[in-house]
Amino acid sequence: MNPANYLYLSAILFTLGALGVLVRRNAIVVFMCVELMLNASNLAFVTFSRMHGKLDGQVIAFFTMVVAAAEVVVGLAIIITVFRTRRSASVDDANLLKY
Amino acid sequence: MPPSTYAPVAATGVFTLTAWVVALPMIGAAILLLGGKRTDRWGHLLGTLAAIASFALGAVLFFSLLGKSGGARSYDQHVYTWVPVPGFTADAGFHLDQLSITFVLLITGVGSLIHVYSIGYMEHDENRRRFFGYLNLFLAAMLVLVLADNYLLLYAGWEGVGLASYLLIGFWQHKPSAAVAAKKAFIVNRVGDIGLSLAVMLMFTTFGGFAFSDVFNKAGAADRDTITGIGLMLLLAACGKSAQFPLQSWLGDAMEGPTPVSALIHAATMVTAGVYLIVRSHVIFDLSPNARLMVTVVGAITLMIGAIIGCAKDDIKKALAGSTMSQIGYMILAAGLGPIGYVFAIMHLVTHGFFKAGLFLGAGSVMHGMNDDVDMRHYGALRKYLPVTYITFGFGYLAIIGCPPFSGFWSKDKIIEAAFSQGGTSGWVLGCTALLGALITAFYMTRVMLMTFFGEKRWVPDAEGHEPHPHESPKTMTVPMVILALGSILAGGLFSIGSGFVNWLEPITGHAEGHSPLNTWTLSGLTLLVVVLGVAYAWSQYGAKQAPATAPAGSPLTRAARRDLYGDAFNEAVFMRTGQYLTRLLVYFDLKGVDGVVNGVAAGLGGSSGRFRRIQNGFVRSYALSMFGGAAMLIAALLLVRG
Repeated sequence: MNPANYLYLSAILFTLGALGVLVRRNAIVVFMCVELMLNASNLAFVTFSRMHGKLDGQVIAFFTMVVAAAEVVVGLAIIITVFRTRRSASVDDANLLKY
Repeated sequence: MPPSTYAPVAATGVFTLTAWVVALPMIGAAILLLGGKRTDRWGHLLGTLAAIASFALGAVLFFSLLGKSGGARSYDQHVYTWVPVPGFTADAGFHLDQLSITFVLLITGVGSLIHVYSIGYMEHDENRRRFFGYLNLFLAAMLVLVLADNYLLLYAGWEGVGLASYLLIGFWQHKPSAAVAAKKAFIVNRVGDIGLSLAVMLMFTTFGGFAFSDVFNKAGAADRDTITGIGLMLLLAACGKSAQFPLQSWLGDAMEGPTPVSALIHAATMVTAGVYLIVRSHVIFDLSPNARLMVTVVGAITLMIGAIIGCAKDDIKKALAGSTMSQIGYMILAAGLGPIGYVFAIMHLVTHGFFKAGLFLGAGSVMHGMNDDVDMRHYGALRKYLPVTYITFGFGYLAIIGCPPFSGFWSKDKIIEAAFSQGGTSGWVLGCTALLGALITAFYMTRVMLMTFFGEKRWVPDAEGHEPHPHESPKTMTVPMVILALGSILAGGLFSIGSGFVNWLEPITGHAEGHSPLNTWTLSGLTLLVVVLGVAYAWSQYGAKQAPATAPAGSPLTRAARRDLYGDAFNEAVFMRTGQYLTRLLVYFDLKGVDGVVNGVAAGLGGSSGRFRRIQNGFVRSYALSMFGGAAMLIAALLLVRG
């Protein structure tokens, strides 16, 4: 199978994730979209690793997973705290930090 | 005979006490001014004692000098090195000779009498101690001025005199007029001071130093134009301190100070400084006929201005101030005549010191008795009520109009004769001016005398409704007046016996006999004639008929003279207004130009950042959008560059 197809899939997934981040208000959904973008980039790394026959891409994919796991821990904790104080998980409601 | 070269010897023996003449009043001033209220009870006594002690020391030095021969009466005392810098050394040292000891005796003698008088005059003033501190400071500064052995120290004394006069003229600073008068005196004096500082700088560049020994011994070899420049700068300085045209305007306003201050300024200190400066620098003026001509012109103009102003003033102190201006004009005129006049300038200065101090103290005594009213139109018939004042004032009056044998006759007559001796057209012009001045002097002084002591009572109650009850002043005031009256009677005659005063000063200033186109006796007769004319005219105006209690409108000349011949108006129009406009222009430029740029930049930054910060709206998703947008543009740019 042509490895370029994986790249197309990766691009589609990344775009979907980005769109989700921009248009959705629910923090959890935004968060999941971020995960989608991370996984899309992981897929691109792995595909390039396969295409060039080098292991660098695989290694970086592992790093991304570790970072993503850590990020989930911190991010979910923040979202829950915000929800507890404001009774809302909408990212637009947390807009006090401004001019 | 020209003066021998300037070669003083180092002071030894009794002459090492010269510094103490200056130090005594200086210590007095320091104790009184630093001691504060603790010295209130005995401050006036200490101040007077310091002045008298200084006078006594001066007298000792004077008699010691008398014991030496004429050419060996010049001593230098080095006190300490003031500014020890390589290439520029200024010494603080004192120079004692016939000229400086004459001034020392005048300053401390008349000064002491004024101190004594002030004990009575200022008795009810709660700041009397401070007043005496300033008086001592004034004496000390003036003594530094006349005893300095170099122009830089002289300059220090010169400034000290300016400071002390400022403090004393503005002594009653709760009166706005006094505060303004003090400022005016100080500022007008600054204009003259510029002249002296420039002269000192010119001396330093020309002669490599400003000690008298440098200047006087090297002047002969210097460029004539430079010498003239120095002479003119010295003249400017003298104009400031001695209230000569065109810097005469401060003198009338200086009457705002307490009357003893007026006496001190007009007789012993301050206004005599200019005459001293010119006579002391006679070497410069001997070498420059042009500078001398300017000096005589200034003297002649001031002589007339002062006399005319003196005729129109109803304020007794201001009339006397006009007279001072005029008499100092005589001295400056004489000093400008060169070797034929120097001696007589100083002689008139000394006799004037006696009678003018006497007149001012007399005026103070009259004011003391009349609830501090100064308007002569409110006086009249005071001779019965103030007999001592009347008699002492009368002797001063006879002396100033030049009535023989009182002291003014001897000195003023000599100046008129010297003016005629100048020769040529200028001699006639100056001589006739001096004669005319004598006529006007006789007129205005007779006017003062008649309006104050003769005629009917024109007394008016003061602002609080108290009727004046004229009474003779206490002993502390009358005794100095009596002593000064004795001086007014005798000094001129004593100086003239065997040309004593001329011989005394000749080794310092040099002296040349002038050859007047008019016979001495003719001239004396002529002078007496104009004096009699002046007195007679004044009598017809103010003696024969009653002077009105309110001033009549008067002729245009009278009105001009009442306003000091528009001297203040001229200064205001030409200097003050242009200065104000210039200042306003600069302020406008500063506000609109400099501040405009600075504030504009700040306002622009503030405004734009106020707009830009709206981007920080707190919505995470819009941040994310701008991040994506930025990333997309970055990638597009990279692709574009690589492609």
